[in-house]
Amino acid sequence: MNKTLDNFQIGESGTVKTVIAEGRIKRRLFDMGLTPGAEVYLRKKAPLGDPIEVTVRGYELTLRNAEAACINMEVKDA
Amino acid sequence: MLKFALAGNPNCGKTTLFNSLTGSTAHVGNWPGVTVDKKEGVYKKGVEPINIVDLPGIYSLSPYTPEEVVARNFILDEKPDCVINIVDTTNLERNLYLTTQILEIDVPMIIALNMIDALEKAGDKIDEKQLERKLGIPVVKISALKEEGVEELMERAYETANISRKGFTVLEDSALMHLIGDVKIALSGQGVENPLFHAVKLVENDEMEVEAHKNTISMIDEFKKTFSDDIFGTDFEAMVADARYKYISKNYSPAMSKQEKGVKMTKSDKADRILTNKWAGIPIFLAVLFAIFHLTFSEDFLWFGAIFKLPTIEDLGLAENFGTALLACVYDGAVFSPGVILFNLMDLLTSTVFGWIGLGIEALGASEVVLGLVNDGILAGLGGVLSFVPQIVFLLLLLSILEDTGYMARVAFILDRIFRKFGVSGRAFIPMIMGFGCSIPAMINTRTLADERERTLTIRAIPFFTCGAKLPILAAVAGAIVMAFGIGNADVITYSMYVVGLAVAVITIILMRTTTQRGEIAPFIMELPAYHAPSFKGLMIHLWDKVKHYVKKVFTIILASTIIIWFISNFGWNWQMCEINESILASIGQFIQPIFTPMGFGSQLANFGWVFAVAAITGLIAKENVIATFLTLATVLISSGAVTSGMIDPEIFAELQEIIASGEFGETGHEVVAMIAATGVEWQALIAFIVFNMSTIPCFAAVATAKGELGKGKIKWTLLFWILTSFVAGSVTYVVLKWLWTIPIVLAVAVAVGFAIYYYNKSHPLKTK
Repeated sequence: MNKTLDNFQIGESGTVKTVIAEGRIKRRLFDMGLTPGAEVYLRKKAPLGDPIEVTVRGYELTLRNAEAACINMEVKDA
Repeated sequence: MLKFALAGNPNCGKTTLFNSLTGSTAHVGNWPGVTVDKKEGVYKKGVEPINIVDLPGIYSLSPYTPEEVVARNFILDEKPDCVINIVDTTNLERNLYLTTQILEIDVPMIIALNMIDALEKAGDKIDEKQLERKLGIPVVKISALKEEGVEELMERAYETANISRKGFTVLEDSALMHLIGDVKIALSGQGVENPLFHAVKLVENDEMEVEAHKNTISMIDEFKKTFSDDIFGTDFEAMVADARYKYISKNYSPAMSKQEKGVKMTKSDKADRILTNKWAGIPIFLAVLFAIFHLTFSEDFLWFGAIFKLPTIEDLGLAENFGTALLACVYDGAVFSPGVILFNLMDLLTSTVFGWIGLGIEALGASEVVLGLVNDGILAGLGGVLSFVPQIVFLLLLLSILEDTGYMARVAFILDRIFRKFGVSGRAFIPMIMGFGCSIPAMINTRTLADERERTLTIRAIPFFTCGAKLPILAAVAGAIVMAFGIGNADVITYSMYVVGLAVAVITIILMRTTTQRGEIAPFIMELPAYHAPSFKGLMIHLWDKVKHYVKKVFTIILASTIIIWFISNFGWNWQMCEINESILASIGQFIQPIFTPMGFGSQLANFGWVFAVAAITGLIAKENVIATFLTLATVLISSGAVTSGMIDPEIFAELQEIIASGEFGETGHEVVAMIAATGVEWQALIAFIVFNMSTIPCFAAVATAKGELGKGKIKWTLLFWILTSFVAGSVTYVVLKWLWTIPIVLAVAVAVGFAIYYYNKSHPLKTK
């Protein structure tokens, strides 16, 4: 099943398929390791639901829902 | 002298290594054109002295942040003799991503595998020899904090510096390698240095490269037409980033042997579960914030005084000696918080030492002018600023602890949602709220903000968070309004003024965000470092970095300004010493008085109307001076017979004379009542006066700090911004309070301005990158 990262539930994980964004946001996502094939685990959401915290390439990364919406994911079956 | 550069990710221990290499030789400046710290120092323990340059912490050599551009240009243009790439071993994969980019530059390079102790403690191992073989450059294990392996690192770096190295790319297996090879040959043919690095960046469609090599870009466009990848299409930037990470995961895994941990939670995970909990996260943050303020500013620590009804020193009837003075630093009817104790001790120290200096020069037979200059000009100015230093350092220490433990990043995480609405990220909250204590540490703390615009905005808004020194103005003027006009409640007036300050902050931030500081909100894609106990050494390094600027400013800008204000308030145009009402300052006050007319304390005041202008100017030294100036003026006015007992309620007049006799201004507002009697000012104008003082240029110490923290040339616009804001805020306050029917007009103007900005911005869309 495919969906964007901002639609993930806490505890869900998956693999990055594509990143649809412009300029510096796209580059930043890549630089931080969110490249196609990277495994991502949604650890938690901030108390107000945004931003979110994920584990990628062995470290914790936070990003906003707006930025997570640029990342198409393939959900890993639980 | 040889020149080595330190490069690495943020939080990889670069600063710690830099400090242990350079020791006391380090100095901090800014890179040309940007407010990114430039640190340089000398390593002296080797065969010959080596110049060490600490590049800003970066994740990549992309062209999008000033830090990255600075680091990239330094390595390419300044050609260091060796680049020491510091890699956080506990986060190897992402750290090596930067390594693969630096490898492409023709520069000698060595890798320092840092935090090796933390890695081994977790039971993991790394084979540095294997990495060395793969990457073809020396790899040394170190622990910057424990200073292990540092000498070996420098020895091997020294050997490496003598051998020139050709760039090497990890993209060999990529489908783009042919293209990269061809572009590289083309660039070499044009005599471009570092052809491999530029070729890769050009293929990535990097905007700096496209600009620099316009004639070669067609090669890539041609290639694009014939090429399509199943996953990426023709997004070469994505392909390159992907290829780097693929290479790293393929080659680093054999070098790293991780213990199987399963689902076991680390201590950091457990702490995080509570600290950023959905329900508890925000309350815990508020509690932490309150604790910091309480520890730094409270005059009744843990409410001992209020709970146990402790006696004051006066009640105890102690003799007035040094011991009592020392006790008064710690206790007076209540136990003071550590921050206040530090302030009192420093205040006692400076006033005692400065008292001796004063007596000393008097004994030497100095003239009245010299005595005045030294005592009231230089020493009073220095003392006022120096006595704040320990308290500020203490506050910065608490903040550094939060920062070093990793909690500050979580605060940004928790609060980003709220603050984004106003156009700043969650990170901006801490510096702003610190403004309630003191603007100076607050402004220094904006260094944690990544985005230049956000820093400018935040620094400009910080003074609107009413600081501790402005409280006496609020309390005294509010007290006077109640006494002289018999309206309102002093506490209500004081608190509503705090709210007005907040409103000014929010409105001006939104205004700046939509006009001069327009731009996309910086992306919030940020690493959340694992929690760890702060090390004493690391804390001291960060603290010193922050305090250094401020202390330097005390002895330059602040001192100079204090002396000037002292001079113009004590001398007349005939260059003779005189009372303040005949001084140069008084005539400047009279001259600028008309511009305060929209605020109600300008030309409409007949006699002595200039006192408010004068008080506002002396407030620039320190905001407490506003009320101190009123007291001085009240003394002069009463002794000259301008204010008599018939003009004021007799009881208040008697109390005022007592206050004048003691020379101690309080927060009661009696001196302000004298001003009201002398000038006939209305209460609406007094409220406007408070608003004006709250939102205008802060004290010199804060201005000096802002100058150091803002980008070059921004201080004059910032000063103009503060002046304009205070005029508008003060005028609106006066007009609205005086003529309530103007409220709809003011609102209509505000809405019109809002629409004008909205439509202007709509018709002038931002160029998005």
